[in-house]
Amino acid sequence: MEHGKKGRGKTSRRGFLGQALTVAGTAIAAPSLLNQSSNAKDNLETAEGNMKVTLNVNGKQQSLTIEPRVTLLDALRDRLGLVGSKKGCDHGQCGACTVLVDGERVYSCLALAVMQEDKEIVTIEGLAKGDTLHPLQTAFIENDGFQCGYCTPGQICASVALLDEIKRGCASVVTPDLTRPPQLAELSEAEIKERLSGNLCRCSAYNGIVAAVQQAAGQKAPSPLADLMLSEPEETLT
Amino acid sequence: MKNFTYTRATSVKEAVQKATADNQAIFIAGGTNLIDRLKVFLDEPSQLIDISRLEMKRIERLSNGGLRIGALVSNTAVADNADVRRDYPILVRAILSGASQQIRNVATVGGNLLQRTRCPYYYDTAFPCNKRQPGQGCPAATGINRMHAILGASDQCVAVNPSDMNVALAALDAVVEVAGPKGQRQIPFIEFHRLPGNTPQRDTNLEPGELITSVILPPVSFAKSGVYLKLRDRTSYAFALVSVAAAVELAGDRIKNVRLAMGGLAHKPWRPTEAEKFLIGKPADSSTFQQAAEIALQQAKPLSHNAYKVELAKRAIRRALTVSSKGGGVV
Ligand SMILES: Cc1cc2nc3c(=O)[nH]c(=O)nc-3n(C[C@H](O)[C@H](O)[C@H](O)COP(=O)(O)OP(=O)(O)OC[C@H]3O[C@@H](n4cnc5c(N)ncnc54)[C@H](O)[C@@H]3O)c2cc1C
Ligand code: SF4
Ligand code: FES
Ligand code: FES
Repeated sequence: MEHGKKGRGKTSRRGFLGQALTVAGTAIAAPSLLNQSSNAKDNLETAEGNMKVTLNVNGKQQSLTIEPRVTLLDALRDRLGLVGSKKGCDHGQCGACTVLVDGERVYSCLALAVMQEDKEIVTIEGLAKGDTLHPLQTAFIENDGFQCGYCTPGQICASVALLDEIKRGCASVVTPDLTRPPQLAELSEAEIKERLSGNLCRCSAYNGIVAAVQQAAGQKAPSPLADLMLSEPEETLT
Repeated sequence: MKNFTYTRATSVKEAVQKATADNQAIFIAGGTNLIDRLKVFLDEPSQLIDISRLEMKRIERLSNGGLRIGALVSNTAVADNADVRRDYPILVRAILSGASQQIRNVATVGGNLLQRTRCPYYYDTAFPCNKRQPGQGCPAATGINRMHAILGASDQCVAVNPSDMNVALAALDAVVEVAGPKGQRQIPFIEFHRLPGNTPQRDTNLEPGELITSVILPPVSFAKSGVYLKLRDRTSYAFALVSVAAAVELAGDRIKNVRLAMGGLAHKPWRPTEAEKFLIGKPADSSTFQQAAEIALQQAKPLSHNAYKVELAKRAIRRALTVSSKGGGVV
């Protein structure tokens, strides 16, 4: 691993900018303030050493010079401008940052960018083929699997991985017989819910999300509204 | 997180050498616990030694019928392995009940063993904490301690070990293989983690520079009937308040063999050996299981907010033993 010797000041400033935005939680901080603090920080950081990293993101090789502490999520959002992956909790608790690494879903907030070399990273931006949406993106739209949309990219990435896991025969803790994991067509609502429990949605779009996964799994998705009406006692319907 | 240098180890030997040469260095495997800790300044290493590319990613059959699982096998890969599923469902269920698929895909066997407590005071550096800095005091002992220990705690620390996998490994009498500056050694699982005593900062008996290389599962014919019952504040994606791993082997209607381990109750996975001894030779009925549960919790010393764990643990033991004695499955 080679330590980048050139242009450290510049990338460090960007590094600090990313950090400052994260700490503030918003982008409202005045740019002048950020510049001042980052100048002070530059001198400190040159001593610590950035690294050159090449990431394969959505099929493209991307070269970055970053501090080793930069997470994959910050690298994607702040350095590569791929802001589809969201920062919710930043501690592996909400799922908003979910991306696919070598075909498996991971939380990019709990992964260091420098550790992702030679791996294939796919983000929400990489799921559609040109103007053709991924079947799960379509299913989310058709089943109204989102409200504010903040959790949606992570939910969709997680759902894409979920269907793949079913095809590979992965069991879940609610699978009754570990030696007979569920097939796509028989994937129960309980299985879908357990398998998507690593993604939280404050707006509770859950019914639409479950329906979207059912549809993409080739099942008949009950519309969330129909589901709700069926579970209501009859008197309230009239 | 503070900045650190990053190096990628290319062999176990090199990783151990690097860690021995720099006592501020720390290994990173999946990073799902460590990065979280770095972000809140619980750990401030000078150097991260990336061990994630080392050759410790295999599950091998041993000549005695047991299995050796490499320290870098992901939790998902352990749970998806056909041999593990057939012979050790207790371990598979424990793993699948932990965290989320996104974390299990990255989390490794070695890292799971060494994940640190989720005590909220430990996580919040605005509070003192003996586990972070010995001598500071333990705010949990007199604070909000509903998640904390009822067994084996000391006045220095009342934290619990958060791992589900650990509970299953304790029940299975697993052995941890480590490589260190003085060579390799094996540690029986139940001696791997420590009670807090006067050294709450130490979770395990690993020595500086030691690296976990694998975990051995000895053959246990009746592990197939093993179950894992995890009770928590919500039904998925939460740490255990109380958990129980149990495996029962019957001869007729009597108990021939049994394994019992509990999580969420102590600083280490808890093996109530007295309760196990009591069960041998007894009829597998609810009265026996109730008595065993009483014995298992006899030493319990609840704190101000967690007396509920005593009764919860007893019921969990009864249920886990009942389901296992009927052949296992979902508890
Ligand atoms: C939101 C959330 C929920 C979770 N829920 C659960 C749960 O319900 N149940 C549960 O059991 N776990 C749960 N976890 C914890 C998760 O299982 C652990 O984070 C994971 O197992 C750690 O593995 P890792 O490989 O990522 O470890 P790392 O984070 O890489 O390392 C953890 C520690 O182990 C050390 N280490 C790692 N590998 C080795 C080795 N081979 N030799 C020596 N030292 C090593 C590291 O230095 C570090 O100190 C949860 C985590 C999160 C973030
Ligand atoms: S219980 Fe242990 S980890 Fe928690 S505050 Fe007390 S000393 Fe710290
Ligand atoms: S931002 Fe990564 S899980 Fe919440
Ligand atoms: S759509 Fe708003 S958080 Fe899920």
